[in-house]
Amino acid sequence: MENIAPQLIKVTIDGKEVQVPAGTSILEAARMIGPEVAPPAMCYYKPLKGTGGKCRACLVKVTAGSEKDPRPMPKLVASCITQAQDGMKVENYSSPEVIEARKGVVEFLLINHPLDCPVCDQAGECHLQDFSFEHGTGGTRFEEDRRTFEREDIGDKIQLHMNRCILCYRCVYTADQITNKRVHGVMNRGDHSEISTYISNAIDNDFSGNMIDVCPVGALTDKTYRFKNRVWFSKPVDAHCDCEKCSGKVTLWYRGEEVIRVTARKNQWGEVEEFICNTCRYDRKKTSDWTIEGPMKVARHSVISANKYSNKLVEKPSFALKYAAQNYKEVDDDRPYDKNLSEIKKSEDYKALMAKNEEFFSK
Amino acid sequence: MQLTDRSKKTDKSEMTLLETLYLPEIARGMGITLKHFFMKKPTIRYPEQKRYLGPVFRGHHILKRDEQGRERCTACGLCAVACPAEAISMVAAERVKGEEHLYREEKYAAAYEINMLRCIFCGLCEEACPKEAVYLRHDKFVPVFTSREQVIYGKDQLVEDMNDRYERDAWTKEEMQKLWDKQK
Ligand code: SF4
Ligand code: SF4
Ligand code: SF4
Ligand code: FES
Repeated sequence: MENIAPQLIKVTIDGKEVQVPAGTSILEAARMIGPEVAPPAMCYYKPLKGTGGKCRACLVKVTAGSEKDPRPMPKLVASCITQAQDGMKVENYSSPEVIEARKGVVEFLLINHPLDCPVCDQAGECHLQDFSFEHGTGGTRFEEDRRTFEREDIGDKIQLHMNRCILCYRCVYTADQITNKRVHGVMNRGDHSEISTYISNAIDNDFSGNMIDVCPVGALTDKTYRFKNRVWFSKPVDAHCDCEKCSGKVTLWYRGEEVIRVTARKNQWGEVEEFICNTCRYDRKKTSDWTIEGPMKVARHSVISANKYSNKLVEKPSFALKYAAQNYKEVDDDRPYDKNLSEIKKSEDYKALMAKNEEFFSK
Repeated sequence: MQLTDRSKKTDKSEMTLLETLYLPEIARGMGITLKHFFMKKPTIRYPEQKRYLGPVFRGHHILKRDEQGRERCTACGLCAVACPAEAISMVAAERVKGEEHLYREEKYAAAYEINMLRCIFCGLCEEACPKEAVYLRHDKFVPVFTSREQVIYGKDQLVEDMNDRYERDAWTKEEMQKLWDKQK
């Protein structure tokens, strides 16, 4: 008998070594090390088969191909669809080339993206916001008109804002995975590509609502939640119920006593592992339908935790500080009267004053 | 070195004969008092007369409208999350057909309230607003309240009146300096 235990290979990412089973992608290997080296991903979605390779957010530099062939790869590669090799050396955040390339990726993703965040229901939990804030530049060079679409209803519960779509294909893979009938896909090409459905077979599958959760941006949004509240004012709690169709594990989003939205639970990488059914998502909006487990774990630096935890617990997001440092402007703030403080300190009056109040100042 | 133009070192030497006589010094003191009757008065007779507060004063909030009179605020909630005093709350609503002349974006604030008892007039809401909607007026105080009912300001008190639009006099330090110089 041959050894059936999976063969382990060694990969080095940003100087950190990790052992992974053969056949793992670079991105998955990096995620095993931890978020400090994991490349961002806008289209790759682990629970959905076949995703990845669309957005180029996860580009990394391979400085040594493998143990046997240590030549570097000639171009930056998409880490989500590139398999790791034994002895591979990868640079992610430590490579200026990757960081520069990512700025370009952000710029491309934003070329046709509207400045809709104040209106968009996804704001605050949007991967594109995080991605562009952490990896992009502050400005835009695009002067042409953006392509625009009318917003569209997909079924009676989902709204499609094609303007905001980044064509990651996640929803298409979801539709493929939950049905064997293709009712949802991408039409046209290039700049004209758009997500669409055959209206007559509008999505009536029981799990169609999960497209809302897999969408990294605000292109597919819950119509029953439309403009109800901003995510950072709602209070998320984990809850479950006995559901015959799905696992029943969800997150409830409260405004006061009212459940305004039900979503599936997301893991550390913002991916839903257990899809929930439409009954749980749209029809169980009473606290009495659920068994509450407790507050959802929110990343400390997320805007969702804003105003909910005391100052000491909140970790300041590093990108905000970085941004502030980048845009620091010297302000002319001097007051002529305190220019010569050292001279003042030498004066008789000052000494007399200090002597008189010595007791107070020495405390 | 002198701290100010007025400071004088305390004189602790012996009094001269003239000073010990007192009367001349009293007359001199009365002279100073009399002189003040004829000097220009620095007092401003508030509330009839109001002092210019400066172009960067942070007073009464205002929700601006755009040139066509549509409300600029889109109820994005950034002012409320930026507010350190948690003074702002709002409810969003969707603009329906026929309301395009009232609201600029497809979402608008159906209710927008500021609790003036909580507000510390820090101006962070103004800084946070991406739609240039909320401003703190430089020319108007929030008046004194006499009961708790007057503390919550709704849209009726906050939204700009198109017949009496609010303009800020100065936006930069340099513009402000010019204005101050003119005032003097
Ligand atoms: S999808 Fe994200 S980036 Fe785009 S408008 Fe909505 S919140 Fe903003
Ligand atoms: S001025 Fe400051 S305290 Fe007052 S409402 Fe605005 S952000 Fe809040
Ligand atoms: S006033 Fe500005 S920041 Fe506040 S909700 Fe309206 S648009 Fe957003
Ligand atoms: S996440 Fe790898 S290309 Fe999109």
